[in-house]
Amino acid sequence: MEITNQDFSNLLQYIFMGIQRGSIYALAAMGFNIIYNSTGVINFAQGEFVVYGGLMMVSLTMTMNLPVPVAFFFTVLFVMLIGILMERLTINTVKSPTVLRLVIITIGVSIFLEGIAMVSWGKNSHVLRHFSSSETFEVFGAMILPQTLWIIGILVFIALGFILFFNYTMTGKCMRACSINRDAARLVGINDRKMVMISFALSAGIGAIAGIIITPIIQMDYGRGTMLAIKGFGAAVVGGLGNSVGAIFAGILIGIIEAFGAGYISSHYMDAIALFFMLIVLFVKPSGIFGSSEASKLKEF
Amino acid sequence: MVETILEYQELQKNFGGVVAVNKLNMTVDIGSITSIIGPNGAGKTTIFNLTTGFLSPTAGNIKFFGNSINQLKPHNIASLGIARTFQNVQVFDNMSVLENIMVGRHLRSKSGILSSTIIPPFLRKEEKHIKREAEKWLEFIGMADDSQISAGSLPLGKQRMLEIARALAMEPKLILFDEPASGLNARETLAIGELIGKIKESGVTVVLVEHDMELIMDISDIVAVINFGTRIAMGTPAEIQINEDVITAYLGD
Repeated sequence: MEITNQDFSNLLQYIFMGIQRGSIYALAAMGFNIIYNSTGVINFAQGEFVVYGGLMMVSLTMTMNLPVPVAFFFTVLFVMLIGILMERLTINTVKSPTVLRLVIITIGVSIFLEGIAMVSWGKNSHVLRHFSSSETFEVFGAMILPQTLWIIGILVFIALGFILFFNYTMTGKCMRACSINRDAARLVGINDRKMVMISFALSAGIGAIAGIIITPIIQMDYGRGTMLAIKGFGAAVVGGLGNSVGAIFAGILIGIIEAFGAGYISSHYMDAIALFFMLIVLFVKPSGIFGSSEASKLKEF
Repeated sequence: MVETILEYQELQKNFGGVVAVNKLNMTVDIGSITSIIGPNGAGKTTIFNLTTGFLSPTAGNIKFFGNSINQLKPHNIASLGIARTFQNVQVFDNMSVLENIMVGRHLRSKSGILSSTIIPPFLRKEEKHIKREAEKWLEFIGMADDSQISAGSLPLGKQRMLEIARALAMEPKLILFDEPASGLNARETLAIGELIGKIKESGVTVVLVEHDMELIMDISDIVAVINFGTRIAMGTPAEIQINEDVITAYLGD
């Protein structure tokens, strides 16, 4: 069989499309992992952080005409504040925080935030200018948006920052200590509640960044949070819950599978193909591709 | 008169109908090694959990340097200068030995979240300082060669040493050891005993819960005997060994 140039260009196109979508899932998954590691809970409001990032960015740049870097900064700050408020007002106040209780609370917060977003920004989808030009350029016959490069670059930047933070700062080390052994961490004087608050802030910040960088391409409306959260959650599970390097690979893998599905089979089945892949992984290796099966035995879920 | 570092006044802890600690009165002298012994289920570990804030007392008072610490959270009590090790070793498995101790230094680091995050690591003096201090404690327990090994892969004896070093890195005034010799072989037990002696010499007060009588009698200044949550005897090791009540409690009538 002969591989034509056209075939190769298509393949490349799908790969780029997949990486671009996958980057968002990877970022969402990292957000899930940060909170999972500090509380053992899946935060179902993670998708809402992404939505708020996108919508706030739209308001700041398209309505208030702030320059992109300034708007970027304030949007992330704004969503981090939502994360902190969420933790202080709902998670921190729970008297006996069992995992199930906390998960239900995050679902409640998610619905609440979605409602607020609908009232504030309306039901229509919002357009955001691309960071730089919106003209595509050609790489081996594949058409690529500059925004795609922004997305990939920012993912790499955040992943590096993430590694530096958790391995080389005292706060990062304390957060890791808390997630490995909470009692011992408290005993050496780490305020575990404060670590939980920081994890919500970080996770919200990463969610916001994901929302900001994807909105120019997919547009944003109040109801997108759920699907983004499901895919991000999928990436987190496939990568092994709590394992952020795994999450990045799994996120991009899911994105690429989705793109291949859309390109070679049918774009109608795009979501179904991605979710089908996640199910297969969970049937074959429930601890995720990168997760250790021993560690997952000890987890509450 | 010797100054008191820790004092229990009429301390009481009930778990439902079970009285784990019953009107306990006891003082610990500054600079001493005070051991708490007693049959299984006498309430020794509960006393430690109360002291470090993991449990709060049903009634009574715990005073550290004369101030009540009943209502404080574990991390607040830690910052006052009370450190502890566990009966079942609790190290941070997935971190290196050095990182474990660095986290123990956390309380003695001044920088807040923002400064420790925003300033890049290679510009931070404090980070280096913490690392040097941590290495010093590794040296103290004689594990300088193991600094980069993952804590979870160490043998139990070394994990316990590491846990002690992490506690010491907090520069506590009082350190509570919960059965430091449990599960260790004779040589490791000997090493722990020597280490505890060294800790006392460095000026830190030690409270010890232990079943290894040889170790207790060897290193303790004062021994308190607890049964059913109440103190039944207290004195020097020699006095305790001939005390009638103690013999009855251990061997039965």
